[in-house]
Amino acid sequence: MTDRIADIWGERTPHAKGTVWPARVDLHLDEGVREEDVEAWVPSACVLCSNGCGCDIAVKDGRMVGVRGRATDVVNHGRLGPKGLYGSTPWASSPDRLRRPMVREGGRLVETDWETAMGRVVQESRRLLEENGPLTHGFYTSGQLFLEEYYTLAVIGKAGLGTPHMDGNTRLCTATSAAAFKESFGADGQPGSYTDIEHCDAIFLYGHNMAETQTVLWARILDRTRAEDPPVVVCVDPRRTPVAEEAERTGGVHLAPRVGTNLALMNGLTRELFERGWIDEAWVAAHTIGVDDLRAVVEPYTPEEVAATCGVDAGDLRRAAEIFGTSDNVLSTVLQGFYQSHQATASAVAVHNLHLLRGLIGRPGSGILQMNGQPTAQNNRECGADGDLPGFRNWNNPRHVQELADLWNVDPLTIPHWAPPTNAMQIFGYAEQGSIELLWISATNPAVSMPESARIRRILGSDRCFVVVQDLFLTETAQLADVVLPAAGWGEKTGTFTNVNRTVHLSEKAVEPPGEARSDLDIFLMYARAMGFVDRAGDPLPSWNSPEEAFDAWRAASAGRPVDYTGLSYDKLRGPTGIPWPVDEEAPEGTDRLYTDPVFPTDTDRCETYGHDLVTGAAVTEQEHRAMAPNGRAFLKGAAYTPPHEEPSDDFPLLFTTGRTVYQFHTRTKTGRARSLHEAAPDAWVELSTTDADALGISEGDVVRVESPRGTIEVQARIGQVMPGAVFAPFHYGSWDLDGLAPDQQHRQANELTMTVWDPVSKQPYFKTAACRVTRVRAGDGPAPAPTTAASAPPPARRRAVPPTAGGGPTTSEVLPETPTYPNDPAAGTSHPAPTRTIAGRS
Amino acid sequence: MPHLSTYVGLADHSEKTLADSLRAVAEGHAAEADVFHTCHLLAGWSDAHRERLRPVVERYGEDDSVTEPERLHADGLAEVRAGQVGLLRDLQDLHVLATLVQTTWTVVAQGAQGLRDRELLEIATSANAETSRQLSWLNTRMKAAAPQALIVDPAR
Ligand code: SF4
Repeated sequence: MTDRIADIWGERTPHAKGTVWPARVDLHLDEGVREEDVEAWVPSACVLCSNGCGCDIAVKDGRMVGVRGRATDVVNHGRLGPKGLYGSTPWASSPDRLRRPMVREGGRLVETDWETAMGRVVQESRRLLEENGPLTHGFYTSGQLFLEEYYTLAVIGKAGLGTPHMDGNTRLCTATSAAAFKESFGADGQPGSYTDIEHCDAIFLYGHNMAETQTVLWARILDRTRAEDPPVVVCVDPRRTPVAEEAERTGGVHLAPRVGTNLALMNGLTRELFERGWIDEAWVAAHTIGVDDLRAVVEPYTPEEVAATCGVDAGDLRRAAEIFGTSDNVLSTVLQGFYQSHQATASAVAVHNLHLLRGLIGRPGSGILQMNGQPTAQNNRECGADGDLPGFRNWNNPRHVQELADLWNVDPLTIPHWAPPTNAMQIFGYAEQGSIELLWISATNPAVSMPESARIRRILGSDRCFVVVQDLFLTETAQLADVVLPAAGWGEKTGTFTNVNRTVHLSEKAVEPPGEARSDLDIFLMYARAMGFVDRAGDPLPSWNSPEEAFDAWRAASAGRPVDYTGLSYDKLRGPTGIPWPVDEEAPEGTDRLYTDPVFPTDTDRCETYGHDLVTGAAVTEQEHRAMAPNGRAFLKGAAYTPPHEEPSDDFPLLFTTGRTVYQFHTRTKTGRARSLHEAAPDAWVELSTTDADALGISEGDVVRVESPRGTIEVQARIGQVMPGAVFAPFHYGSWDLDGLAPDQQHRQANELTMTVWDPVSKQPYFKTAACRVTRVRAGDGPAPAPTTAASAPPPARRRAVPPTAGGGPTTSEVLPETPTYPNDPAAGTSHPAPTRTIAGRS
Repeated sequence: MPHLSTYVGLADHSEKTLADSLRAVAEGHAAEADVFHTCHLLAGWSDAHRERLRPVVERYGEDDSVTEPERLHADGLAEVRAGQVGLLRDLQDLHVLATLVQTTWTVVAQGAQGLRDRELLEIATSANAETSRQLSWLNTRMKAAAPQALIVDPAR
């Protein structure tokens, strides 16, 4: 019985380069439930991070009682991580689930029926439409709904109401990934594949603590780095994460740039490629534009200059560039350390530039994985519930708008395309100013997750804005709402979603939702019908009623676009594995990697955007784009480094950065209700370097006050492995489980300190660049509640003083003697000695 | 070259007016976080243009004595307007000021070519390119602000 709290990644299955990743099936069932007691296994995929591991949900007596990884799924080859194993199902039967709608009466939320609750929403919506039109309506969704729900909401917002104010929590987690693709390649779409791990010679992880954020993907990498012919790992991260340790183990480099200086570092790496001649000149000439400008932009960033700006060693920078410049195949992955930090889009684009300069794209082992935070963020981007137009269409291109108008049979002028879609930060800004008067929030918790929490609470709590919240629980956000709608969650409804690797899974309904809770799709449709939205023929809009009909409508919308789903159907998705798009006549079984030709969707008539100035965010016009005649070539775009918006000062001498921990997801709505996960990381903390802690007289477990110009938290300190000058706090901890404490004692929410500032291109808020000061308040009663198993571990010399994190429920894990065949796997057919050991835990 | 020196003076003066006005808009609309940060950034570009121009101003002399082009000097934004419509109007004013800067650089570049003054030509050309980027941002931001400001601004 394996304790997967103590053993996050599970047993290794090392294998040689170019061979298929072996399969290992992980399983967890509720206490007292045996495998033979399970009445049904319902196919799905995990929704506790963007990896989307294929799994089957165990059902007994109408309840979800556990999960098992799917051996045949291309994403995870049977594995699940601690969050998936322990956190997938317990929340569903939690006694505090929302069961009935609620409305605000005399300042309090009281239970009511659907008719009353939806009646209030519709009444308010109608009143506002009559008085001021659709720009009074804003929608803020999630990275956790299903494709069918995003697309339905997008149609309601764009064709029914006609509001451009629609965005999601995806803005906080994945907007930069999408924006960077659009700038470089003309449209969104993950170029690489997880199978690149098996074929690469070097792996660069930029601001991506994959060991904690996507544990199963990290297990896949470990199975190569622990083999006899490992790839070299390079880690860019201000913390000493497990990724950094692996970089050192494999002879790579750990670069720890000062918080906010990523772009200077990237410019330095790019300059080295030019200087040392590690450029594929012929490929660059044939498939890119902009190389001369890029060379000029990076020219001043000598290794010494970069060393001074970023606080890294010039030799380390040269070594990292050499690894990139001389490895045959390189895989790069990028996440929040870049996306949520200063000059986000320019830094993410710089990763593309490195690959383009060497032509390292579109072949096994040479790939880019711009990651997502949330499990279904990808669908929000595809379907246009993040404000973009569905199918990666360009809001600035009248022909693209006309295509949608034809599809929905509405006047193209209804579709809001006269201005850029309103980003989340701006939506909350309009609500603050009083011009958005109805804000509808689904399946997300901005009161905890958005920057500068005090401001967000003020906006949501204000009388000027009518707030509708639909969720599983009475979250911190729901508590501020005027109407609360109880939603069905994962396993309680049917729908599809797509992971960061473009792989689409069907998640089937396994059990009934509690009480009167309804699926988000049903709720959106209920609103649309009550509002009486119709198309030009007078037929109901949206025209569908079931998830499968919604999916088929989406397939039609995606036809001919880079994100083509036409070859998929619910039936096809009921097979052994998820399937990566595009799936069309040319690729009926899906597509492992993009740009093998390499033709990029940059043509002026095809692209999703004409692009932006990476420094200011100014839009490139259609004429300017056409004049460049990109015609399928990728853009090389550079930008100069500028210092972060808030730099340390005498008053606030340290840099505050936020992030995640391996055992929690988002605001802990699900993971905080799973015993094994909750106990592994039960409360908030901050991490300080040994140097700063010593200077401030702080020891492990002391309660400290951390203040920025915007707010304060008081939590226990972990003397950890952040770089000196930096302070790290996990962002998961709000107040929903602090019932016993008065609001003025609930000081643990990291976003109280963060600032309202965002990237000029992706509009992603910067969570990692605030200045702060730390003072000791009192001694704590033991070590900080931070896990010891990953990046929050104490430094080696102090490790013995803190008991190791452990105590997860029993799980089993079995390596399959025979590795299944995976469609599209470039290593298929290669044989490697099948691992024969049965891994500990299988009884 | 009395008129070239006048135009060099005009470039210097109009860049200063633009920089001051960008800062006024940044501070006056500080609640709009992107306006605050971007206007400060763009003001820095105008400062840098003036910095680079300084040796040229010293060479030619900044001639403010010629009366005729005096009329070209635009006043900057002394104070900003309130609300979303106010922001839109202020951005429009900045656009007018930046357009004056841009045409001034165009004229200066013509003069520099005639004189084969490579230093001045390079300054005028690169400054002009950055002024274009300032103008593009102003355009983009006005487009984004317009619908909400014109239709649903609560202060309307
Ligand atoms: S890696 Fe992500 S998707 Fe896979 S089991 Fe863990 S949380 Fe779920």
